[in-house]
Amino acid sequence: MSSQQTPIVEMRNIHKRFGAVQALRGVDLELYPGEILGLVGDNAAGKSTLMKVLSGAYLPNEGDILLHGQPAHIANPEDSRRLGIEMVYQDFALCNNLDVAANVFLGREVVRWRLGSLRWMNKRTMEQRARTMLDRLRIDISSVRLRVENLSGGQRQAVAIGRAIAFDAKVIIMDEPTAALSVAAIDKVLDLISSLREHGASIIIISHRLEDIFRIGDRVAVLRQGRKVADRPVAGDIHEFREQVVAYMVGARDDYGSENDGENGAVRSPSPVNA
Amino acid sequence: MHERIAAAKPASRAANGAGWRRLIGIQELGILAIFLLWCTFLSLTTTTFLTPTNVFNMLRAFSWIAIAAFGECLVILTAGIDLSVGSNMALSGLGAALLLTWGAPVWLAVLGGMLVGTLVGLVNGLLVTRFQLPAFIATLGMMSIARGITYGATGGWPVRGLPKEFNRLGQYDLPVGEWGVPVPVLVMLVLAVFTSIFLGRTTNGRHIYAVGGNEEAARVSGINNRRLKLLVYTACGFFAAAGGILMTARLGVAAPTAADGYELDIIAAVVIGGVSLFGGEGTILGVLIGAALMQTIRTGLNLLGFPTYWQPAAIGAVIIFAIMFDRWQKGRSIQA
Ligand SMILES: Nc1ncnc2c1ncn2[C@@H]1O[C@H](COP(=O)(O)OP(=O)(O)O)[C@@H](O)[C@H]1O
Ligand SMILES: [Mg+2]
Repeated sequence: MSSQQTPIVEMRNIHKRFGAVQALRGVDLELYPGEILGLVGDNAAGKSTLMKVLSGAYLPNEGDILLHGQPAHIANPEDSRRLGIEMVYQDFALCNNLDVAANVFLGREVVRWRLGSLRWMNKRTMEQRARTMLDRLRIDISSVRLRVENLSGGQRQAVAIGRAIAFDAKVIIMDEPTAALSVAAIDKVLDLISSLREHGASIIIISHRLEDIFRIGDRVAVLRQGRKVADRPVAGDIHEFREQVVAYMVGARDDYGSENDGENGAVRSPSPVNA
Repeated sequence: MHERIAAAKPASRAANGAGWRRLIGIQELGILAIFLLWCTFLSLTTTTFLTPTNVFNMLRAFSWIAIAAFGECLVILTAGIDLSVGSNMALSGLGAALLLTWGAPVWLAVLGGMLVGTLVGLVNGLLVTRFQLPAFIATLGMMSIARGITYGATGGWPVRGLPKEFNRLGQYDLPVGEWGVPVPVLVMLVLAVFTSIFLGRTTNGRHIYAVGGNEEAARVSGINNRRLKLLVYTACGFFAAAGGILMTARLGVAAPTAADGYELDIIAAVVIGGVSLFGGEGTILGVLIGAALMQTIRTGLNLLGFPTYWQPAAIGAVIIFAIMFDRWQKGRSIQA
């Protein structure tokens, strides 16, 4: 991951307010081709908001997004999808009243023919492709005609991930993909994410499970109260890694942007700020 | 959490079912069973129920309610509501009638009436999407406005003396085999087929269910929720106009009081037909059965000699029962 490369995604000085809440206060973030970036931080640090800005779900109040070094205009989720960015939302963002195939293809149905804005769906093709996709990812769902409300949490997560990757996305964002899963399912999802990288995708994964980031991540960025407070490669052993990241997360350590952004940063006592 | 990706739950009934099971959901099956039971009961206890004349009379009598209910169904599927359908039926019918009295040919009058109703629907849609008003409030206001215009434009007097060619739209029976099928019934069936296909087969149809099921998920999937809502309210106005014009042609008179209170019958038909007021669940077939059930209950109570004045109470009880049944069934399918 040399920083000489042009980042596939570059977010610059992103600000986002929700009324009185300043969720993001000028965040810069880069994602390099073929990399898995871990995005961590305490609750309400702004991780989901930052990623929703990238996926077009939120418009930033300030800041720019560049893709392959070119300014990108992302005004809504459709824009970002068209640019090859897919997001798996924390709450899955599935329609429980629709079946698996319908959810996988929601918003980009395979169309047999169209007449003005009337588009006739090709249901069979969608069902077959959804089936193929589930098989390829080795997701165990007996029928793509099952309504999502009848699936288990793990299966829903698999559908949400499958739906994001079914269309050869260049950039895949996953918000807490393992939060609702058992240990066995987590293993499967992590393997899945690693295999996505092998297929050429660049991935941002939000997780509070630092061992997951350590296992599959190349780099980790830490958000705290709407600011990026650390950005470094994943290295060393797990205990050291965890200790350092947690120090940044809770504000015990705050040396980002100082000259030697490395091992000998200043360690401060936690600042008395409420999250 | 004891979830595992590998642990597939047993497939639901809906997924295992045969082709016809997919066509008719569990919801519609329940209401269809009640409908058939009620019809069987009436056929056995009265001699007048199961006669071609009575059947076609009933079909005609609920056809315009059903037509308007198709539009209402589209709106309710997105978790919205349109309370102005009854008034809109009267207003559209009146629009056509006024054009006729001013000498317009039938086709132009029908077109004009359709335009009025569709426009009312469009305004509803704009109030809900552009001005972000709750659908209940926006369409409640529109219900009063549309009704007010029918009174204002007529001074309270019905418009009579409509040309025969126009009235044939509501009164003519098309010979099919040995039966005469009323034109409104044909229109209802054609619209039912088209709307069903639209909902089941086109992307817009699927997106209507998606918006009703999870509006935020639909949005982040790139669906333009606003455009879709505008579409359903406008379509609802269109259907109300179609129903209103057929009703006016049948009666041969456009009264400002026409279709008074129909919004409740229409919404009731939709809900009894298994369409969830929370959005995302239901079919046109269900609505058709719902409207038919409402009508057979009315007719049946008449034939059984049930006092007319008590009928609204009976209908109300049926609505409440239907919704309780819906709840109970939902609870059961979640546990299953
Ligand atoms: N849609 C929203 N409306 C209002 N406030 C929001 C919204 N989304 C997020 N926030 C606020 O922004 C802050 C950051 O939230 P979020 O990005 O979800 O944090 P994280 O994902 O790191 O836990 C929180 O204070 C949260 O309450
Ligand atoms: Mg979050």
